Amino acid sequence: MSEIILQAKSVNKSFHDPITIPILKDISFSINKGDFVSVIGKSGCGKSTLLYILSTMDTDYEGELLIDQQLMTGLKEKELARVRNEKIGFVFQFHYLLNEFSVLKNVMLPGIKLGKYSLKEIEHRAMEKLRILDIHEQALKMPNQLSGGQKQRVAIARALINDPLIIMGDEPTGNLDKKNSEIVFEIFNQLTDEFNQTLLIVTHDNEFAARTHRIIEMEDGRIIR
Amino acid sequence: MNSNLITDIAKALLLARWKQTLIAAVGVTFSITMFITLLGFMNGLNDLLDGLVLNRTPHVRLFNEVKPNPIQPASYSKELGYTFIRSIKPSGNGQNIDNTAAIMQALKNDKRVFGVSPKVTAQVFYNIGNIDINGVINGIDVESEAKLFHFQDYVSQGNYMDLKNVPNSIILGKAAADKMQAVIGDVIQVTTPRGDRQSLKVVGYFQSGLADLDKVQSYASLGTTQKLLGKPVSYITDINVKLFDILAAPALALEYKKLFETDAEDIQTANSQFETGSSVRTIISYAVGITLLIVAGFGIYNILNMMIYEKMDSIAILKATGFSGNDVKRIFITIAISIGFFGGLFGLIFGFLLSNLIDQIPFNTAALPTIKTYPVNYNPKFYMIGIAFSLVTTYLAGLFPARKASKIDPVDIIRGK
Repeated sequence: MSEIILQAKSVNKSFHDPITIPILKDISFSINKGDFVSVIGKSGCGKSTLLYILSTMDTDYEGELLIDQQLMTGLKEKELARVRNEKIGFVFQFHYLLNEFSVLKNVMLPGIKLGKYSLKEIEHRAMEKLRILDIHEQALKMPNQLSGGQKQRVAIARALINDPLIIMGDEPTGNLDKKNSEIVFEIFNQLTDEFNQTLLIVTHDNEFAARTHRIIEMEDGRIIR
Repeated sequence: MNSNLITDIAKALLLARWKQTLIAAVGVTFSITMFITLLGFMNGLNDLLDGLVLNRTPHVRLFNEVKPNPIQPASYSKELGYTFIRSIKPSGNGQNIDNTAAIMQALKNDKRVFGVSPKVTAQVFYNIGNIDINGVINGIDVESEAKLFHFQDYVSQGNYMDLKNVPNSIILGKAAADKMQAVIGDVIQVTTPRGDRQSLKVVGYFQSGLADLDKVQSYASLGTTQKLLGKPVSYITDINVKLFDILAAPALALEYKKLFETDAEDIQTANSQFETGSSVRTIISYAVGITLLIVAGFGIYNILNMMIYEKMDSIAILKATGFSGNDVKRIFITIAISIGFFGGLFGLIFGFLLSNLIDQIPFNTAALPTIKTYPVNYNPKFYMIGIAFSLVTTYLAGLFPARKASKIDPVDIIRGK
């Protein structure tokens, strides 16, 4: 039995505007260290909503959420920001790189925010992460000089900078072509295999999901598999 | 580390939209420039106008009002009971202050007193051919008058010290001199109230800036005036006192009145209207300056708001990767404050330059002989207020957009894509 990284205990969520519609119904599951989990389901089944609750960004839910054995429910906004900074890495459908900063600096930002290492060390670590993703040659370019696939790889490097417990992805390949999707999947695979990285990826790409270790399938706000 | 990072991000966001930033900063610069210039100019003008009167006015003036003695001999009589006396005439030695030497000494020893200047006023007639015109000759102690009341500033031609050095000399009011067509070096005739004629040598012109005053007022030394009146050296009609603290004047006037048994008038009572004028002008210049700043503040508010809409994505990802709402707020406040700081700084510099420019513009008026250019006040207080206002306004202008940015829900932005 390996270590539990993330645990949801009977999470419920409803939208109240204009009428109360339940989105998530009694979601309970847990993710172990080193798991490569994908969440699939039809549009509107609540998989993204679940991801944002698990990511601590959405706090409007009932039930309990534990990350790294610690209760997240009820923590203050500032404390949650710290948790996200330290323990969670994000990869979204869109890259969300800051155009004002170089690629390297974009990767470094969450690291500087954490303030665990010196600036020089963070820079060194950022270069290392970029090297893992084979994009270190672009480090000093500005994000708008990169292709879509390259930007997404930079975004993954940024997610890795603080050695997070878990990387969460919301359709990370949604905007990419076949070839780049393949590259991103390979990277994720490599991360789990080589670095025992835990991954939780929401996707509607069933082919992508099929190659992950574990699939969580959702329908109408419930986990059906 | 954290504040460095926040400054870093703020700087990057600022430079990314440098044109907008520049426009916002120029707005602040412009308003601070105008604020500084306006206040400097207004206060320069205030100082000038106040100086016209206040420089020349003693803080406390001791004199003897010509009035009947309130205690008449009949009051001492017990047999008469209540007495009613009508038409009492003043008696005694008129305007002369008794025991002036002792009073002067006492005043000079008073630590609150900056200086004392005695004065003798003589009503005379200037003789122009066979026409006499009214005049007043002020007999002054030249040195103390120059030290306390800037006498030399108002002597537009001639050397004021000649008044002391040349016997029987007079500095004529400019308007009176024009009337008499008297030039420096001429000898004029005056008739004293007692009917004596005296010759006095003109050694300069006096120009107070108030034309009516210059038609009648002239200056001579104490001794000359006493001689003119046929009075002894102890004859003094006014003792003018200048204090260190002008605000203490009313209290001290009361004190001296009792102590020296003379009449005493303080500057506040004598010239209350000038204070009012100055404060109204100051209020107007502050109001205009602050209005300009508020307008600039709205500019900053708009630009920051726009920036937040543009940078919604960046804010969302910053929040997702561990920046708290407070951090985001600080980023935008930093942006606003730096616009305020740099805009304000340049405003101070340009304000100083513009004031300097105004200071060079010729301003010649017959009424003000010593003023050659527009007056400007360079009081550092205005510069401090200017930069403080610019920081406060930009902070407030940034506060609301910054709070809005801090409340952005990253989920809304990221899911909306």
